[in-house]
Amino acid sequence: MEAIVFYLLAAVVLIGTLFAITARQAVRAIVYLVTSFFALALIFYLLGAPLVAAFEVIIYAGAIMVLFLFVIMMLQLGQPEKLPTPRLSDWWPALVLMALLVASVLVIAAASQQAPAAGFQQISVRQFSEALFTRYGVAVEIISMQLLFALVGALYLGRRR
Amino acid sequence: MSVPLYHVLILASLLFAMGLACVIAWRANVIMMLIGIEIMLNAVMLTFVAGSAQWGIADGQIFSLMLIALTSAEVSLALAMVVYLHRRKQSVDTDDFDSMKG
Repeated sequence: MEAIVFYLLAAVVLIGTLFAITARQAVRAIVYLVTSFFALALIFYLLGAPLVAAFEVIIYAGAIMVLFLFVIMMLQLGQPEKLPTPRLSDWWPALVLMALLVASVLVIAAASQQAPAAGFQQISVRQFSEALFTRYGVAVEIISMQLLFALVGALYLGRRR
Repeated sequence: MSVPLYHVLILASLLFAMGLACVIAWRANVIMMLIGIEIMLNAVMLTFVAGSAQWGIADGQIFSLMLIALTSAEVSLALAMVVYLHRRKQSVDTDDFDSMKG
């Protein structure tokens, strides 16, 4: 049952991302990407990471994508004629790269004798937060400093002269 | 959940390839390049969370949480820079910002 849900969500993620990277307007790309991120958050939940799933929805789909939308609307980039769309000649290096990567994935998947699935283990929020605030306490402090620096930098770049 | 780990890894690698293709194909548009970077970072997060679930250690989830924090910092700075560049040249086309080209 869970496996079926996982493959359906994986299909939603891949198709949403495919539509996002081929969208003609940036706003549509953002909306497709939000769909894809919601499905990815559900995959995180299935993989036993409810906290990461919640942060994915709140921060990625809720904050970062809305920030993108805000900038696109503020700069009035919504009109498709103002944005240069990639020509077919722009796509071929990307297509070659994707074909190479998909071929290598297929080769690896066909060559490996797959061990039986060990089954994913649930990690409780208690276990997660104990590790976060004891073993990685310094990293949390450094991340907070970095967010402060990013805030100062964004304010400096965004001020009117 | 009874999905083998390598199916999750295949999904993550396909997602990463799509993000990379987005960055390469839309290299004339700064905002679509940033979206491609977001897609790639999400693929990396999926890999971390899958590894964390496979081995039952919380470290992968912690690193994906830090990745979210790093991404929010990166996106706020990058979008501030996009606004600044747009204010200077009324464009988000990377070809317009070639004044340092040798």
